[in-house]
Amino acid sequence: MLALTITRLQLQELLRRRLFLVLLLLTVVVIALTTWGFSRIPSLGEGQARPISDVQRAAVASQLLILVMFMFSFVLAFSAVFAAAPAISAEVESGTTLAMLARPITRLEYVVGKWLGLVATVLIYAIPAASIQMVLVQIVVGYSPPHPLEFLAFVIGEAIVVLTLSLLLSTRFAGMVGGVSGLILWGLAWMGGIVGGVGLVFDNATLTHVGTASKLILPTDGLWRGAVWSLEPATLIAAARAAGVAAAANPFFAADPPEALYVVWCVLWILFVLAIAVWSFTRKEL
Amino acid sequence: MIDAPAIRTQELAKRYGSITALAGLTMTIPRGDIFGFLGPNGAGKTTAVKLLLGLTPPTAGHAEVLGAAIGDRDALRRVGYLPELFRYQSWLSAREVLALHCELAGLDRAAWQREIEDALAIVGLADRGSGRVGTFSKGMQQRLGLGVALLGAPDLVVLDEPTSALDPVGRHDVREIIRGLGERGTTVFLNSHLLSEVEQVCHRVAIVDRGRVVAEGTLDELLGGDTVRIRVTDLDRAAKTGLSRFGQLDDEGEWLVIRGIDTERVPELVADIVRLGGRVHAVEPRHESLEDRFLRLLGQPN
Ligand SMILES: Nc1ncnc2c1ncn2[C@@H]1O[C@H](COP(=O)(O)OP(=O)(O)OP(=O)(O)O)[C@@H](O)[C@H]1O
Ligand SMILES: [Mg+2]
Repeated sequence: MLALTITRLQLQELLRRRLFLVLLLLTVVVIALTTWGFSRIPSLGEGQARPISDVQRAAVASQLLILVMFMFSFVLAFSAVFAAAPAISAEVESGTTLAMLARPITRLEYVVGKWLGLVATVLIYAIPAASIQMVLVQIVVGYSPPHPLEFLAFVIGEAIVVLTLSLLLSTRFAGMVGGVSGLILWGLAWMGGIVGGVGLVFDNATLTHVGTASKLILPTDGLWRGAVWSLEPATLIAAARAAGVAAAANPFFAADPPEALYVVWCVLWILFVLAIAVWSFTRKEL
Repeated sequence: MIDAPAIRTQELAKRYGSITALAGLTMTIPRGDIFGFLGPNGAGKTTAVKLLLGLTPPTAGHAEVLGAAIGDRDALRRVGYLPELFRYQSWLSAREVLALHCELAGLDRAAWQREIEDALAIVGLADRGSGRVGTFSKGMQQRLGLGVALLGAPDLVVLDEPTSALDPVGRHDVREIIRGLGERGTTVFLNSHLLSEVEQVCHRVAIVDRGRVVAEGTLDELLGGDTVRIRVTDLDRAAKTGLSRFGQLDDEGEWLVIRGIDTERVPELVADIVRLGGRVHAVEPRHESLEDRFLRLLGQPN
């Protein structure tokens, strides 16, 4: 399979260009800082009449964890976009593809190989980084999120969604264009999720539809809500439920996991966009 | 398949919007030929190569490479290609680039090592094999590109301006490499505007201009005949016209240029001029170079 040759090459490039090294160093710094922050939670309320309860501690820890993980998911999506946006366009511009694609390798293999390399990059970075963060939070505050595996799947899914979109843009546009558009679309989808939530709160059908449409067109925010849900303790969800729909607009809260059908939609979305990328590159004149 | 010509095209055409890059190329290049594809800038040489390798789809027409349709995987396995404007992965070493292309070409893994070292030696990069491509000079990159094109002893080697970045020694080396390929029976398709280079190595050439072949044939056919320049005085116009039976006549005032003349007939020509009352001051026979022919074909004054 020549696609795997391209995958290996892509990983080798990111390694040699020191993307992994930089991510590793920065992540170590971030994890160290946030772990120190978490370690202060148990001492909250010290010196006051009432020390904080276990429920409060879990609530604070989960909220903080969600914020930290939001930053993590942002960095992950950001890195994925910037690794994918020039992945094909830079090789076309430099003429590297002329020599490579005159070999018996199909454009399908080339694009799929690139995609696999980028997905592997996301997995290699995200799984250890997020796991270490969750384990350290468990050690210092004693809070472990209820669905850690689901959490990983949702944030990784979110990154793969933007990565696939950026790779599609990379078949036609310069890296800069793909990178900027990928991020803007990601931000729009995040806002779309909030708009949809506002629609729910005020029972406004138009806003709700906008939210639903944006969740379907670019399923990053839908997956992010799944990630949030995976980090919340049951007590917090119960309390929010009791409060009604008011929390729906909050991008750092989700009362329910995404439906199975939505997850299927996300997988299909990724495959569909990848197929368009292959089609687009197959018709590209080199 | 083995008897099929190396390249056969039929009315192969390519348009980019309103620009006609190639206007209908019909040619057959037999196996083992060293074929020069000549033309001025923008004539469509690179476009033709990209069409043949399936890098760009044709607008019209048809072509076969090594007896198979364009883009056929088995055929591509037996083609080596040096693009005109290219860079290899700057973060790989020269050896790694060669290994990558061994892999992409589907060469037997056991043969890689030898192929790579041979290629490095042939293009004169044996001592820079471990160097990163990003640190290579332009000429070194082109040498590496040539090495890549030679991997696995392909049946057809397509070289798009292989010497554009090379020093005179490099150019000489490339000519030797091309001759070596010819001796091995490899077909070479050489894009170039370095006419002397083409003249030295190619069996056959085609000259393209604005997307059309304006002349094609062996060098002898193309350069049919020699030229002689004669400085003559005291010869009237009518007498000069009478000389056109020796070849194509060009009156440049004092100098008379006769193209396509058989050199054996030069004494006869001089005798005629003298008989007609002309005074001959100088006779300069000249073998027509490809450059003369090229400029003549493209309608530029020599
Ligand atoms: N991708 C493209 N888009 C638009 N026009 C193109 C493209 N590629 C080539 N052309 C046009 O096609 C014509 C032929 O170009 P080509 O590169 O084949 O010329 P060439 O004979 O290789 O020239 P040179 O000797 O300068 O390398 C030119 O007019 C060029 O501008
Ligand atoms: Mg060219």
